[in-house]
Amino acid sequence: MQYHTPASFEDAAAIAAQADGVTRFLAGGTDVLVQLRADIVTPDTLIDIKGITGTRDIARNPDGSWQIGIAVSGAEMTEHPALGRDWPGVVEATDLIGSTQVQGRCTMVGNLCNGSPAADAVPAMVAAGITVTVTGPDGTRDVAVEDIPTGPGKTSLAKGELISAVHIPARGDHGGDAYLRFIPRTEMDIAVVGAAVNLRLEGDTITEARVSLGAVAPTVLLVQEAADAIIGTTLDDAALAALAQAARDACKPIDDKRGTIKFRTHVVGVLAQRAAKIAYERAQKAGK
Amino acid sequence: MSKIHVTTTVNGDEVEFLCDPRETVLDVLRDRLGMTGTKEGCGTGDCGACSITLDGRLVCSCLVLGVEAEGREIATVEGIATGEDLHPLQQKFIEYAALQCGICTPGILVATKALLEKNPDPTETEVRYWLAGNLCRCTGYDKIIRAVMDTAADMREAS
Amino acid sequence: MALDNTKSTGFTHVGTTPDRPDGVDKVTGRARFGADITAPGMLHAAIVRSPHAHARIKRIDTSKAEALAGVKGVVTRADFATGLTGENWNILENVMAGDTALYDGHAVAAVAATSSLIARDAAKLVVVEYEPLPHVTDVDKAMAADAPVIREGAADTSVPKGLHPNVVRYHESGHGDVEAGFAEADLVVEDHFKTEATHQGYIEPHACLGTLGGDGKGELWCCTQGHWNVQKICAALLGLETANLRVTASEIGGGFGGKTAVFIEPVALALARKTNKPVKLVMPRADVFKATGPTASTSMDIKIGMKKDGTITAAQGTFRLQGGAFPGAPCEFTAMCAFAPYALKNVRQVGYDVMSNRPKQAAYRAPGSPMAAFAVESVIDELCNRLDLDPIETRLKNASKKGTKASFGPTFDRIGLVETLEAAKAHPHYCAPLKPGQGRGISCGFWFNHGGETAVSLALSEDGTAQLAVGTPDIGGSRASMALMAAEELGIPYENIRVTIADTATLGYNEVSHGSRVTYASGLATIQAARDAVKKLCGRAAAKWGIPEDAVKWENGCAVPSGPNAGDFDPLPIAEITKRMGATGGPIVGHFEATPEGAGVSFATHIVDAEVDPETGKTSVVRYTVVQDAGKAIHPTYVEGQFQGGAAQGIGWALNEEYIYGEDGRLQNALFLDYRIPVASDLPMIDTVIVEVPNPGHPYGVRGVGETSICPPLAAIANAVSAAAGVRLRQLPMSPPRILEALEQQRNG
Repeated sequence: MQYHTPASFEDAAAIAAQADGVTRFLAGGTDVLVQLRADIVTPDTLIDIKGITGTRDIARNPDGSWQIGIAVSGAEMTEHPALGRDWPGVVEATDLIGSTQVQGRCTMVGNLCNGSPAADAVPAMVAAGITVTVTGPDGTRDVAVEDIPTGPGKTSLAKGELISAVHIPARGDHGGDAYLRFIPRTEMDIAVVGAAVNLRLEGDTITEARVSLGAVAPTVLLVQEAADAIIGTTLDDAALAALAQAARDACKPIDDKRGTIKFRTHVVGVLAQRAAKIAYERAQKAGK
Repeated sequence: MSKIHVTTTVNGDEVEFLCDPRETVLDVLRDRLGMTGTKEGCGTGDCGACSITLDGRLVCSCLVLGVEAEGREIATVEGIATGEDLHPLQQKFIEYAALQCGICTPGILVATKALLEKNPDPTETEVRYWLAGNLCRCTGYDKIIRAVMDTAADMREAS
Repeated sequence: MALDNTKSTGFTHVGTTPDRPDGVDKVTGRARFGADITAPGMLHAAIVRSPHAHARIKRIDTSKAEALAGVKGVVTRADFATGLTGENWNILENVMAGDTALYDGHAVAAVAATSSLIARDAAKLVVVEYEPLPHVTDVDKAMAADAPVIREGAADTSVPKGLHPNVVRYHESGHGDVEAGFAEADLVVEDHFKTEATHQGYIEPHACLGTLGGDGKGELWCCTQGHWNVQKICAALLGLETANLRVTASEIGGGFGGKTAVFIEPVALALARKTNKPVKLVMPRADVFKATGPTASTSMDIKIGMKKDGTITAAQGTFRLQGGAFPGAPCEFTAMCAFAPYALKNVRQVGYDVMSNRPKQAAYRAPGSPMAAFAVESVIDELCNRLDLDPIETRLKNASKKGTKASFGPTFDRIGLVETLEAAKAHPHYCAPLKPGQGRGISCGFWFNHGGETAVSLALSEDGTAQLAVGTPDIGGSRASMALMAAEELGIPYENIRVTIADTATLGYNEVSHGSRVTYASGLATIQAARDAVKKLCGRAAAKWGIPEDAVKWENGCAVPSGPNAGDFDPLPIAEITKRMGATGGPIVGHFEATPEGAGVSFATHIVDAEVDPETGKTSVVRYTVVQDAGKAIHPTYVEGQFQGGAAQGIGWALNEEYIYGEDGRLQNALFLDYRIPVASDLPMIDTVIVEVPNPGHPYGVRGVGETSICPPLAAIANAVSAAAGVRLRQLPMSPPRILEALEQQRNG
């Protein structure tokens, strides 16, 4: 295994583009090292990108949007005084990844690039409308988070490409987001089902919404029908019922050691409702 | 496979070692530096027995590569006591029987020390969630939680 | 064993809670566990394991592995002894497969190299050609007519004719006429229950370091619950003289029964013999789950009849236990424990030991009993519900007591079940109000406890301190308990006693630390060894004073004349005697060797409140109380720790822990990520009540406390969950999908 510590994303992309065999980028390492130790993936080339300038920074832009360095850990996001006020769902979702120890290392980008449909941060990122910058041998491009995963363990990133920045939109007025997952214990499990809701209110009426579901399909889903079920409503019982139904209709889960098709299909509706209620309450309390 | 030279600080002392890029900080501590106080329970970040701090941040040493330790500061269970003087947490863990077999204890002590430095007045729920990544199979956690809460109270009073 | 000089009150040291002697070592990282032992020039080993549930091993090619730089040796079955029979053959076959891999994870070869990375790389280069065979992993399917046969001829003579060859042992016991009893009942409930296999889940993986020369002499350091057992088995599997292998137990990072068995130690020794170097072998966590000894899984049928007043008229149970690819599932323990808490006129229990393509089961804390309690106590709860009876009153009405003919045969001596039930009834938990969505469950539990072969030596130092050598590895503070008992007898400070876990070369045979035997048996032996030393101390004083030995007694650490007629001498402190040991007859050592058989049986009653989320099926345990008879608590804080630990493991077993096998017969959750033991945030504080009904078989009344605490939780939680959810759960674990499924079935009638 060759270990590299490039000083720029361009250098990282160049090393990856020229490497033979299996290449992995290392930031927090909480997936890469597990796969290495469990003999699932032993990279031939390991490119440690957290020495690149700016990768540990959280910055708020003048327009209220945020730029998050690719090596910012979950704990650093949680400890940030303002980020969680704007995007509590995104921060809480990232905070659910693993233990306190894992929080000291894990990153949103790692969670995304691992390609797991059960990744906790990803539904919240999708619901929030987060985009990422992808750097490759031919330059950079901006991509919506929902377009990164293509299947379990697979992403749309080409050889030599890596994510170099995370952009969170400005929160704007009267918005709220939330993410909930179901696990059998209180901590330390992989999500059996996840649901994220991001919405905006005018008065008591939902005017915008994005609903994203995790662990119920080969990739995290962005479900327009679920959003449509609550847009234009005050999240009354009928809207909540329609939301649950739309979420259940959208999911294509599997039976596995963590849950059954039936269980996931039922619980995804429950969690979508509960997350929507939290997001709605947050939006009501939000300023302006 | 060529080895990489690393210089790092462990419990305040500068150390150097050569390691294979696949070796973790846990492997390095135990096998290259002879510091076996840090334990391996799983090797996959699920049990917390290998907890250390890296630049003050609580991490699983099985999920950090040895080569990543270059220029960093590591703290392990061996550095908690000051000479013969045990840290209040160590004393309280013995007194409260917060350990039975003791294999999880180094990781739990490192983790709780990090907690109390960050939050000197945690609630029981905060302690339980902070320690969720430190598995203990002997105690049912009851006496561990009591030891941590009581140490925190003592340390607040003393400060 | 007849016991003289028993003592139940007036203790000075016993019942206090001093710090454990190994406390500082354990909180500073100084304590040396299995993987912490090293030797100059040692090699590291890795084991090659079968990826198949059942496969013929056609060929093993080790040449590529041997060619890798740094590899010093490879072993296969050919490197072990031949001609073994009985359990030694079973163990060898499990430690290193012969011509057939019998389960996913079965060892087929092992490699030693100069680093663990090289050893792991080399293990991947060992080429094994398999011919997959049909497999079965479920207990009921393994008994079915069309099940593949794990091994012909494995059954013993207890098995009735006509059963599948996978049924390898059979147990039947009971008394009275159950059919007549059922006819007398006002209500008979009959139900079917299943439990999955669970793992002890100790946080320390098995680890050892072995040396073995061409002269047949070797040394082994390992984490084990019993190093004499390791010595005996390793010697047999490697064809050595037992005395030529010295085994030292390291500190042990949890065992719970799982480290009573031998898995990797013979492999390390075989590699050491082949390479002529020390070999260290540490199991990766996934191997611990796949290839050590989880519990049996079970399929059980229970039928109990009850009168309207709560009297049980008859009870019957059938217990089928799957224990992996070898005989040994504790079907007789399950059957014998099932109805032990109750005084029954009519009772019958049947047990089946069934083989399947899973790892060879090992003991786990009261092996076999928790599953039986789950089934039986669930049915009693159901009877109480339907007959509108109080669950504690009903259990009190039927409780076993002194003189009861036990369901498994013998007549109980003094036991403490009634006392635990009374204490549970009086506990504020039992009458505390419940919130909506919560349910309360109670359950009793029983374990035999055990004595076993024990040898202890207590040597006095010149300064009057004592060195106590015991042979039972200290898993949870037993050195403190031993020191307390020795201090009590010698009349010297607790701190003046140094307790060591001796190696196999320095004491007589000690059975493994199992059966909750350590504080009972090593404690009894410690007391007797101390009394032996005291007798010798009194002898030295008698010689000095020129009076008969029996005219001297021991009080508060001093020899004193036994009465006014013995003479008028000042008390002679221990240090005054030991200072002159050399000149007055030589070193003073007390010792004791025996197989104590008076381990008093133990009962517990648990109360638990659970809350169920009806939308997701998720259960939270919100309050938990353990009431258990300890006989006499030597170190009460450590007794509480045993109660709490057993309860926590039971909570895991009830709600989340299980071995999950795929259709391919491979284990799907061999990591702590998906083998879900309770984490700190899952549990409430666990309240404890120590009941003390002295065991007549121990000088201070001690009963073992380590195991009984895991017997009631499965049923107590099932009863609480069933009350909270409004539907009976009959299969463990009570995972959220199972609870939702049960709720749905109930809604659909």
